[in-house]
Amino acid sequence: MIRQEKMTVVAQAQIATNIFELTLQGQLVQDMTPGQFVHVKVSDTFEPLLRRPISIANVDKEKNEFTMIYRAEGRGTKFLATNREGQMVDVLGPLGNGFPVEAAQPGQTALLVGGGIGVPPLHELSKQLNARGVKTIHVLGFQSEDVCFYEEEFTALGDTYYATVDGSKGTKGFVTTVFDEVKPEFDIFYSCGPLPMLRALEGYYPEKEGYLSFEERMGCGIGACFACVCDTTDKIEKDYVKVCSDGPVFPKGVVAL
Amino acid sequence: MSRLNLQLPGLELKNPIMPASGCFGFGREYAQLYDLSKLGAIMIKATTVETRKGNPTPRVAETSAGMLNAIGLQNPGIDKVMGEELKFLEGYDVPIIANVAGTEVADYVEVAERISKAPNVKALELNISCPNVKCGGIQFGTDPATAKELTAAVKAASSVPVYVKLSPNVTNIVDIAKAVEAGGADGITMINTLVGMRLDERTGKPVIANGTGGLSGPAIKPVAIRMVYDVYKAVNIPIIGMGGVTCAQDVIDFMSAGASAVAVGTANFVDHFVCPTIIEQLPNALDALGVEHISEIIGRSHR
Repeated sequence: MIRQEKMTVVAQAQIATNIFELTLQGQLVQDMTPGQFVHVKVSDTFEPLLRRPISIANVDKEKNEFTMIYRAEGRGTKFLATNREGQMVDVLGPLGNGFPVEAAQPGQTALLVGGGIGVPPLHELSKQLNARGVKTIHVLGFQSEDVCFYEEEFTALGDTYYATVDGSKGTKGFVTTVFDEVKPEFDIFYSCGPLPMLRALEGYYPEKEGYLSFEERMGCGIGACFACVCDTTDKIEKDYVKVCSDGPVFPKGVVAL
Repeated sequence: MSRLNLQLPGLELKNPIMPASGCFGFGREYAQLYDLSKLGAIMIKATTVETRKGNPTPRVAETSAGMLNAIGLQNPGIDKVMGEELKFLEGYDVPIIANVAGTEVADYVEVAERISKAPNVKALELNISCPNVKCGGIQFGTDPATAKELTAAVKAASSVPVYVKLSPNVTNIVDIAKAVEAGGADGITMINTLVGMRLDERTGKPVIANGTGGLSGPAIKPVAIRMVYDVYKAVNIPIIGMGGVTCAQDVIDFMSAGASAVAVGTANFVDHFVCPTIIEQLPNALDALGVEHISEIIGRSHR
């Protein structure tokens, strides 16, 4: 169920260059699944106007808390970064369809591939896959070491490999460079990150079952405004899908890349 | 709620608040959030004869207190709108205003004729003002003679009253308003979005794939208020005002300028519960003005 709620800031911390981790408490946490997102109103005024879609990095249903990790780059996210413990944030969510955790069977191995600010939702996914008895391998791509985050958290859940564009951490290059080096063996993949990365991944493992999480500029976040549509392949009847409400996660091969 | 009810051609409104076309889809998404029967009416997304794919992405961009969009009238076509979307809305006690679009007069006439027969469609909104499509939008709404001709053709084909949605992207909106009144329009809805552009800070190129987009949101409210004020003086048909409405005070402002009802657009994206919230706030706003019934404030700025 989608709710709009004033959630309480439990903690806000900078965890890498321009990367922030914000923990919020409220009832809508109870309905969250990994890969879904929230739509956050970053100020009490109409400047900036639109809500910001942000992915869910951790869910703690016992404490009614969730964590989001975002890059404070534009006006809205910089505003969000000024929130401190005890303040209230207007959140709409949870929105969209997340990763199908049940698609991986206990005993199988899942490859989780993330790029930049697409990495956070993979953390909750990995936690839930591990809880289900699925082994996880993480391949995470970043621009450089200073914007990497959650190394300990991912390593605690499974083998974790890094690719950085400048080579300052892990393999120099992209996530596909890691695939060539490590040749990971797995049964199913899940991914979230920039479009070129998703495209490369789909092409790299054509025989594997996989799920991709997309990003597109959004207006309403619930499917009413038609801003975030994507063309589809001829594998499905619909000629377009909405990232916000049909996705953001789609099975491999649905969205035309 | 009797302090808020209003009668307009074809429309028995419980209250003057309705989501604006293009900002509410066909209601399904918002129906997950609240009871659509609370609304005065719903202006559904523009409907064309055939399925319309719309423009490439990115289709939206944020601006100062506003938003640019270039969706491009994407819709599933009249068969699906009537067979699925309007059927779905029959489950709610709310009149529907169907926004009618086309690429030529015959398209408008066909959509108007068919969609006006749907049991819950109580009025049409003739879309002659979309700035984001190459054919079938704004070019019908910028020349008074063309606007009058199209209005008359659609009016003749429709089984329900016809409201014409005016564009602010003209030299003199009053001329267009008079023309559609002369063409037989039962009412006017105004304003559509203002053509605008935002450039990417790094590349210097337009952010929106279409180049230009329609500007909406609080930034355009003063323009809309001025235009409603001017048109109210010039015509004798009711106006449904819109443009940057976010709260009960904005509704009071539009009605004071001459609107008989008010549509809420972009604010639905910012606060998804804004329409029912405004409806709840209105009685207090009337108390503050010492007014018993909301109709008393229509056009008060002219008195």
